[in-house]
Amino acid sequence: MSRQTPGRSKGLNGWLLSTPALILLLLAASGPLLIVAVYSVLEKGDYSGVRWILSGEGWFRVLFEKDIFDHTISLADANLSIFWRSFKLSIATTVITFAFGLPTAWFIATRPAKSRAFWLFLITIPFWTNLLIRTFAIMEVIRNQGILNTFLMHFGLISEPIQILYTDTAVLMGMTYVYLPLMVLPLYAAIDRFDFRLIEAGYDLYASRWQVLRGVILPIIKPGIIAGCILVFIPSLGAYVTPRVLGGGKNMMIGNFIELQFGQGQNWPLGAALSTVLLLVVLVSLLVYTRASSRDNPNG
Amino acid sequence: MQRGICILSTNIAVDARNVGKIYGNGAGAVTALGDVSIAIEKGEFFTLLGPSGCGKTTLLRCIAGFETPTTGTIHLSGRDITYDPPYQRPVNTVFQSYALFPHLSVAQNVGFGLKMQGTPASDVAKAVERVLALVKLEAFADRLPQQLSGGQQQRVALARALAPEPEVLLLDEPLSALDLKLRKEMQSELKRLQTETGITFIFVTHDQEEALTMSNRIGVMSAGALLQVGTPHDIYESPVNRFVADFIGETNFLEGEVEGGQVRIGTGDLLAVDLNGETGGVTLAIRPEQVSVKAADAQLSGKITEATYLGTDTHYTIGLGDGSHLVARVQSNSVAAFGVGDTVGIAIDAKAVQVLKS
Repeated sequence: MSRQTPGRSKGLNGWLLSTPALILLLLAASGPLLIVAVYSVLEKGDYSGVRWILSGEGWFRVLFEKDIFDHTISLADANLSIFWRSFKLSIATTVITFAFGLPTAWFIATRPAKSRAFWLFLITIPFWTNLLIRTFAIMEVIRNQGILNTFLMHFGLISEPIQILYTDTAVLMGMTYVYLPLMVLPLYAAIDRFDFRLIEAGYDLYASRWQVLRGVILPIIKPGIIAGCILVFIPSLGAYVTPRVLGGGKNMMIGNFIELQFGQGQNWPLGAALSTVLLLVVLVSLLVYTRASSRDNPNG
Repeated sequence: MQRGICILSTNIAVDARNVGKIYGNGAGAVTALGDVSIAIEKGEFFTLLGPSGCGKTTLLRCIAGFETPTTGTIHLSGRDITYDPPYQRPVNTVFQSYALFPHLSVAQNVGFGLKMQGTPASDVAKAVERVLALVKLEAFADRLPQQLSGGQQQRVALARALAPEPEVLLLDEPLSALDLKLRKEMQSELKRLQTETGITFIFVTHDQEEALTMSNRIGVMSAGALLQVGTPHDIYESPVNRFVADFIGETNFLEGEVEGGQVRIGTGDLLAVDLNGETGGVTLAIRPEQVSVKAADAQLSGKITEATYLGTDTHYTIGLGDGSHLVARVQSNSVAAFGVGDTVGIAIDAKAVQVLKS
């Protein structure tokens, strides 16, 4: 990787040219992360902020709580349920976006080359509008007096409005909608490179439709599947706006819980520790991704 | 009737009857295959030969099951398979692009068909070993396709299609991507494999030389129609029409008129040839090697306009009096070399001249 190629040696010039990028990376990316990591091991300030005294309290409070009267230690059930909900909803979002994304990406990749750009354009349209506005739009659709309930009641399919808003279902719907393009695009890129003649080869060698899908198509587009799943799973896990707006106050996810610690909770070390946990989860999933895709593609 | 077909078909591997394929409909419809009927015998090396777009690949894809014929039926060993999906046909294909599975090793590629048929893993392993030995790729079993050369990939594709021991092996221009030397090697390799396995091979190519050297029988196609079916010898020596004669090897064509049991050609000379019952306007097809060039006067005379030395042979293009040309292929050492501008005598072996309807 660092092998020097003639005429392209990394001399002083190379370092000078990359200095602005390096400084930006250091200050804008690594700096904040470092601050978060340091804050997580400090004592919490009286109202907010931190006191510069080393303390494990922040990390301790991620999983446990101490009774304020008798100081008994127990698992923090409220935190655990938030973690569980975050994982559950993120995995569900990933699975649902994959279920919708694969046929969509397949459809686009099999259109004539001329019309593909048009379909991809449609996929990217939601990116033009602010996430908050789109989330409020979903709220308008699913609230009790919203479009969906009015429609269903008008046709007599239901007599009472269904309570969707401020439930996990609402959060799931919102996240599925928001992250679907992030699943479709990498899947499309993978299917676009797929050699469709291999399907005929599979059929020719006695594979049924299902066997061709499982034994030929999915393994070959696997890098795209993993990329899509990671692109959906990671932001889902840290989602803030969607659960805040559609989940209401009580259906918190990790993102909202972290925000709470830096805001009303006034517990910056706990917030910082939670952020670091989230970061580590993301790193682990990325590691899994690199492993999985490099094992299958020894030649890239 | 049914019984008659059964008895008749015991020796027939593939029996295509009146197969036609039309793409699209209405005014934009394209006929890829006219009305082709063909019976291919068991254990035969049969070649479908024709220029690109003649329908040979469409016919092959109909036999493989990738296309459904618009009209007609296809029987395999007496069983109607016209509408069977490809995975239910005991027929395998060697694709022009090889279409090897990039995520599977050579051994997994070769074992794919057997695995899909539900063969136990130990039997698959044994069969893979045997077939890889057949194509001399034992040492590459664990490689991925992209780690192999084009010729090796070609042999993996062949092994993969042979492993399930199909009744018929379809080969869609499998050698077209190889360089000349490798192509020659693979030609004899294919011939050897066909003899060793006894599997019926249906080979599609546009290369007439390939067709002549490898096949038991050849079907020449053009514009969606089957023009002639026969042994390489038949097709070369007695082409049914000008297209076949022109497509198979080099041929001189002379237009003429039947006149008293002979043919008067453009120069006014009369040629005594086997008329084969033809009358009126005819075309004489004459192979270059059947034209001899002499210093003295002969049947015809002409002036050499081009002389090309090709080692063992020399090609002479000889202008006849009426503006037409004849190409003669002469063994370089058999006659004194002529030069451009020399007036020479031309003798044509009358028995070898093919008389075609104009």
